[in-house]
Amino acid sequence: MNTKRKRKGLSLRGRQMFSGYMFIFPWLIGITFFFLWNIFQAFRHSFNHVELISGVGTILTPVGLDNFYYIFREHATFGREMFESVFQMVVNVPLIIFFSLFMAIILNRKFIGRGFVRAIFFLPVIMGSAAIANTLEMVMNMMMGGITGVSPEAMRAATGFNAAAIIGMLEMFEIPPQVVDFLVETIANLHEVIRAAGVQILIFLAALQSIPPSMYEVAQIEGATSYEIFWKITMPMVSPLIVTNVVYTVVDTYANSEVVTTAHDTFFSLQNFGASAAMSLSTAILVCLVLFSVCWVISRKVFYYD
Amino acid sequence: MTKIVDMKKWMDSPTFKNTRQKWTGKTRDFILGIGIAIIVSGVCYIILAPVIGIVSRAFMSPEDIGNPLVFLFPQNPSLYNIANAFRFMNYWDALLRTMIFSISLALVHVVITSFVGYGFARFKFPGSGLLFGLVVVSIIVPVQTYMIPMQINFRFFLGNESWSLLDPTWPWAILALTLTGVGIRSGLYIFIFRQFFRGIPKEIEEAAFIDGTGPLGTYLRIMMPNAVPAVVTVFLFAFVWHYNDTYYAGMLMTGNTLMASRLNAVGWTYSDFHDMRNPVMMQMITFGGVLLAIAPIMIIYLFLQRYFVEGLERSGIVG
Repeated sequence: MNTKRKRKGLSLRGRQMFSGYMFIFPWLIGITFFFLWNIFQAFRHSFNHVELISGVGTILTPVGLDNFYYIFREHATFGREMFESVFQMVVNVPLIIFFSLFMAIILNRKFIGRGFVRAIFFLPVIMGSAAIANTLEMVMNMMMGGITGVSPEAMRAATGFNAAAIIGMLEMFEIPPQVVDFLVETIANLHEVIRAAGVQILIFLAALQSIPPSMYEVAQIEGATSYEIFWKITMPMVSPLIVTNVVYTVVDTYANSEVVTTAHDTFFSLQNFGASAAMSLSTAILVCLVLFSVCWVISRKVFYYD
Repeated sequence: MTKIVDMKKWMDSPTFKNTRQKWTGKTRDFILGIGIAIIVSGVCYIILAPVIGIVSRAFMSPEDIGNPLVFLFPQNPSLYNIANAFRFMNYWDALLRTMIFSISLALVHVVITSFVGYGFARFKFPGSGLLFGLVVVSIIVPVQTYMIPMQINFRFFLGNESWSLLDPTWPWAILALTLTGVGIRSGLYIFIFRQFFRGIPKEIEEAAFIDGTGPLGTYLRIMMPNAVPAVVTVFLFAFVWHYNDTYYAGMLMTGNTLMASRLNAVGWTYSDFHDMRNPVMMQMITFGGVLLAIAPIMIIYLFLQRYFVEGLERSGIVG
């Protein structure tokens, strides 16, 4: 009886399959035609000399590895930019992650004006457009006295702060110049880090608020110190989101990096479509490698509640 | 002698211990509070400083800019910059276009990504794990990698230039991307919806199935009404990102007159009109333009801020 009924229509499993495919159908079209196909095209372009002819389309002439030879051996700046961008990423991503976790923990506490402060922290996300960001950076330099801002003398008069004296003091204590450089660069990048951390802070904040309060209560009753509570409860519960945030930060940093601009310029100014595709692909592959290795290392430490 | 003994007794008494504990706790909280206040106000200043700078410069007259003694507070406040930015951005027109563009695309985003997210959340089908992996890959791979072939593909859509989806003034290509769930950060929205739907108890749906509702009806009448926080989050994210976007709009809608693109060009428009290149004046006009461009989104944000932050907290992005 039962088997007969199954044969007539679709089984429960079959129906499930059918509805599943129905729901993701629009996305299947998109991912095939607008994502996978285009990535395949970019891959093909990178091994060809590409000519764009109006009304006909593209004409490809295979050139083997010439495009890659050009970008790495002949292009004046690309190789350096690529490794600088990746290095910058490796330095900045941990900074952004630590900073956003730290800020999220602070914002999760109860204090007067918390709503207001949270609203301010989300401002950088709202003002994310390129034009606004560039203007903001310039004004920031004017306010803080960067290279494009006021002259050092005027700066000292305005703020009473002399950065060079502090750097000199650090050198006087015989702190190695590399460490001083790192410190100065980090402080100079502080604005950048804060601006890049808006979404990450929100994600961490959401993660912190999803930790059941009963866990903290139990730990307190058992006599755990706040240091222990942080490492034994907060950290494991937040850890899955660290992976999410690393991925988001890396992609965000990559999208704003110099290499992307170079690839873009190679396409539009030099009309060298093949080399541009080779640039995009090689950096994307490098970034993905960095991303996967970092995620692999982190995900070994990640704790999943279920 | 007796006094010392009394003192010792008093120090051992529970009353004293209680008081001491209370006071050390209070002092610690107080010091911690001051530390937090310093850090929070410092970071807030770093975020707000450029905004304050832009606001103050937007109201400065050209004489104030040349005057090194003027800092933050304009001596001769004027509306010249804002009025000119208003004029050269064609503000009302840009605002109307951008609002219609961003709101409608954000709505399409919500409908499509929630639909796809529901499919990934609730149905087991061959390859579902692999395909969801592809969603994650589409979040990770930056659009810059394949934007150029994509542009060529849209120009020669289905191999024919006359079917080109690239129109200088109409966002056909962006609409096509959004409708098929691969628009600006669509992968992230699919991810959010999938996580959110997985958090809703299955029993509700099973009851609906038993009562004879099909999968589509369940999605429309059971899941969507329950997914308001996720909907608000995705809508606001999509709205803000479309409002700010210049990359997609610049590549796929080359002649667009949206707010962000006009803001990019407003300095040049001004100097072309006056037929002179004065970088200082171009900057001033841009300051006015930035103020005008962020004003509407700021007002919307102030009203929806509560839903935004809290919506994200409950939207299931946490997994």
